[in-house]
Amino acid sequence: MFQERYDVIVVGGGHAGAEAAAASANMGSNTLLVTMSLQTIGQMSCNPAMGGIAKGQIVREIDAIGGYSGIITDKSAIQFKMLNKSKGPAMWSPRAQNDRMRFAEEWRLALEATPNLDFYQEMVKGLLVEGNRVVGVRTSLGIDIKGKAVVLTNGTFLNGLIHIGDKQFGGGRAGERAATGITEQLTDFGFDSGRMKTGTPPRVDGRSLDYSKMIVQPGDSNPEKFSYLDTVLLKEQRDCHMTYTSPQVHDLLRDGFDRSPMFNGRIKSIGPRYCPSIEDKINRFADKDKHQIFVEPEGWHTVEVYVNGFSTSLPEDIQYKALKSVKGFEEVKFFRPGYAIEYDYFPPTQLRHTLETKLCEGLYFAGQINGTTGYEEAASQGLMAGINAHLKIHEKEPFVLKRDEAYIGVLIDDLITKGTEEPYRMFTSRAEYRTLLRQDNADLRLTPKGYKIGLAKENRLRRMEEKLNKSDAFISFFRDTSVRPEEINPILDSLDSSLVKQSDKMFKVFSRPRVTMDHMLQLDSVSDFVVENNLDREVLEQTEIQVKYSGYIKKEKNNADKLNRLENVKIPDSFDYSKLKSLSFEAREKLEFIRPVTISQASRISGVSPSDISVLLVFLGR
Amino acid sequence: MLSDDTIIALATPSGAGAIAVIRISGKESIALSAKHFRSVSGKNLAKQKSHTIHLGHIVDGKRVLDEVLVSLFKGPHSYTGEDVIEISCHGSPYIQQEIIQLFIRKGCRMAQAGEFTLWAFLNGKMDLSQAEAVADLISSENEASHQVAIQQMRGGFSDEIKRLREELLNFASLIELELDFSEEDIEFADRDQFKALLSRIQLVLKRLIDSFAVGNVIKNGIPVAIVGEPNVGKSTLLNALLNEDRALVSEIPGTTRDTVEDEISIGGIGFRFIDTAGIRQTQDVVEGMGIQRTFEKIDTAQVILYLIESVKFSGQGTSFKLEIEKLKSKYPQTPLVVVANKMDLLDAEGVSQIKNEIEDALLLSAKKGTGVEALKSKLLEFVNTGALRNNETLVTNSRHYNALLKALEEVEKVQWGMENGISGDLLAIDIRQALYHFGEITGEISSDDLLGNIFANFCIGK
Repeated sequence: MFQERYDVIVVGGGHAGAEAAAASANMGSNTLLVTMSLQTIGQMSCNPAMGGIAKGQIVREIDAIGGYSGIITDKSAIQFKMLNKSKGPAMWSPRAQNDRMRFAEEWRLALEATPNLDFYQEMVKGLLVEGNRVVGVRTSLGIDIKGKAVVLTNGTFLNGLIHIGDKQFGGGRAGERAATGITEQLTDFGFDSGRMKTGTPPRVDGRSLDYSKMIVQPGDSNPEKFSYLDTVLLKEQRDCHMTYTSPQVHDLLRDGFDRSPMFNGRIKSIGPRYCPSIEDKINRFADKDKHQIFVEPEGWHTVEVYVNGFSTSLPEDIQYKALKSVKGFEEVKFFRPGYAIEYDYFPPTQLRHTLETKLCEGLYFAGQINGTTGYEEAASQGLMAGINAHLKIHEKEPFVLKRDEAYIGVLIDDLITKGTEEPYRMFTSRAEYRTLLRQDNADLRLTPKGYKIGLAKENRLRRMEEKLNKSDAFISFFRDTSVRPEEINPILDSLDSSLVKQSDKMFKVFSRPRVTMDHMLQLDSVSDFVVENNLDREVLEQTEIQVKYSGYIKKEKNNADKLNRLENVKIPDSFDYSKLKSLSFEAREKLEFIRPVTISQASRISGVSPSDISVLLVFLGR
Repeated sequence: MLSDDTIIALATPSGAGAIAVIRISGKESIALSAKHFRSVSGKNLAKQKSHTIHLGHIVDGKRVLDEVLVSLFKGPHSYTGEDVIEISCHGSPYIQQEIIQLFIRKGCRMAQAGEFTLWAFLNGKMDLSQAEAVADLISSENEASHQVAIQQMRGGFSDEIKRLREELLNFASLIELELDFSEEDIEFADRDQFKALLSRIQLVLKRLIDSFAVGNVIKNGIPVAIVGEPNVGKSTLLNALLNEDRALVSEIPGTTRDTVEDEISIGGIGFRFIDTAGIRQTQDVVEGMGIQRTFEKIDTAQVILYLIESVKFSGQGTSFKLEIEKLKSKYPQTPLVVVANKMDLLDAEGVSQIKNEIEDALLLSAKKGTGVEALKSKLLEFVNTGALRNNETLVTNSRHYNALLKALEEVEKVQWGMENGISGDLLAIDIRQALYHFGEITGEISSDDLLGNIFANFCIGK
């Protein structure tokens, strides 16, 4: 029934599992994807959207390395927006609304088209372990499947418990069973586990809504896309809508507080502060008399609509009554009520940078099992776990991204170094060097690395090289070419920028605040260069960013280089901290537990002081 | 730590001594020193061989800070293994401070506790068996310097820093809010609010920097009020200290109607002597105004010299002591020195009477010049033991000063960016740098602080 022994077994088929399976299979590992339901591969459990601030950058990074999320998103998008366009380029963040059903279908098709990948539908009840090494999984039917590495991506399914008002029942997602057995086995093995909570809003019948009472939110008029490959740009888009709650809505919701599992103590675990339920919002910010509600279509054709901003675990009758008083929702018909879900996770400080567990060799965790939230966060971990599982069993160097190389690097380093108390979501402010981690240069940063490990394909690398060469040439052109006062002064004059008295290098003029590529293109020599060299929008954008922000980019590069010097001082795996009496007690304890790989990582552990770092440096010699 | 910054610190024990050695280590140490060293023989320090010593002056622009000996060691044959400059200067803490601050302004960083030794170790200047000792040194020195820092955080400095950090954090959060949560239904602060907040931060930073204790006080001259009955010989004493006839001198009581100030350098430190009209109760209107001014001047002084006439002590001792008590209770923070002048007119019994009844009284004769040197060293002692602080003095630690200076630099960059419409994510680079420098005083700040601040204050999330 099965291969005698798989290279990699991926448990779970969500965003993390799908990326993990695709990565290891594409790199050449014989891979098996085991999931409780083959119908729900690539399921968007919460909102039908990908990307957003910091998350959009992650999707671009996944794509640059050779993952699928960007391509799938482009193929199933129904609306595209580049968020934060008024800010600096590091903040530009792509976001798409997606057709939920098409998204899952595209994933399924993409995985089916991937070589080396087998599928099997059944619940995994436990792991097969020999000594400190995982050797496969055992299913609920009692089938043992052998594998050299196992990636667990269980999402919210491990002992998932769904709450709606005072009702509660086991389940991993509305209408789907919870998974049992794995947590118990792992805690017996010595793993720490904890509980987390998240929630989702009701979904309703779009035909029952009065959109004329809402504010239309269209996509960008010139939509862009996620993948660096030649996926198609959207020609048509679907609108979202926005409306508000009111004091009356809040009063109706408060009526159900005594039956709310959030407030009556039934839910004990911690939910994300940045994704609060509506009851949490009106409770904590009582002085706000309205909150935004986004009405998001679930697809091109379906009438189902996602009520973003109204996440709740209040009783369904309260949900219904309150939502009915929201402007535009007077005649609302429910498809499914909102709910909260509690699930098991494993504090991620138990992992290595490769997402392999420290306790059990060959076992990898990715996604919500590590205490994160979000499709993008999950997908990127899946990708990294899949890559590293493949590399490990082929005895190759691990693939680890640094904090100044990718948001994915920041994400994983944060998780394993600091752990997380609440569901972890990426924000740009978590990155020290976000000016370097832009959505426009994820390919320049990561595609060569993806290619080197054998995941990104040749055509991807060639595209990236062409972009790099062309933008480098264009930047050199600006550096080397002078512009005469009579050419540039009319433009500067119109921008209220001081005029130049003699010819000056274009680079200098271009660097001034308010001068943009559009202004430079008004110069004949510039527009001629663009035509002659056949430069596309992407190259123009890349050039503009690198010229205009060169000062800031350089400053951040310098700061990052300083950090990297400590990054290069490795701490041996077997290092014995207990000998180091000069370390503070707290530092010794934390270091012993986290076991950082480098001095730089050690310095990010809370409770480890700069003098502790000096002491470590001394003992590590030079 | 472990960056390629050029680091500087005093290598000899702090406080006054005959000479002090300031050590600079790192890539830029020789080039930087060459810029601020004028050799007496006109040599360029940057072109000299390793292990050589040079006589000259440390200069800041046209200002000469001190005559020094500079020892030059090129890496790896130096204490730390890096390029090292050792400046042997005069032992006054003021001079040490001035030289160190000059180099910090030019890009050096204050060395952390044990950092020279750490580098020495890392560059292979020490045996591995010494590792334990070095590590202990670092942790114990760090402990010690930490305690010193806490002790120095008096007079509201720590409160001030805490407030300032909160202001900056608040500012940073508002900027981050616009970036990470631009899609949220939140009212964002407008640019004018940002600018006002920044100016406030800048102002406080400047005030703190200006308050930098001894160095600052000394830069302007330490104000010393000479107080006493008319005709007690204040002007003569001043002249004795100044060695020139500056103030009015006559035998008629109360000739010094106006306060006269003069500055004199003692052991490299400027003292600003304020001759006052004395505090004798009087009916004379003109003199009464003089007394009023006397108190105003004492208010600004860092040291009070209370001058009495030795020969009058046997008769008026009680009223002198009363006045001394009065001054002490009116100016409890200001060191007071009782100077008994005209000791040349006193017999041995009179001397011992004064010594017995007034502790620490200094007997001297301004006219003959006897005892003036003792007074000078007494004054120097106040400086060198750090006893001079007024209520405005908050920053006393060079490391803190250094951090504040760097923070101000970053804050001013943010202000420039604000004026030029630079977007928040780029401003944030400089703000983070400023917060980093605050972290050097208060302990680390992580980006989690920012997010926590945002979640606590704004309703975030769909």
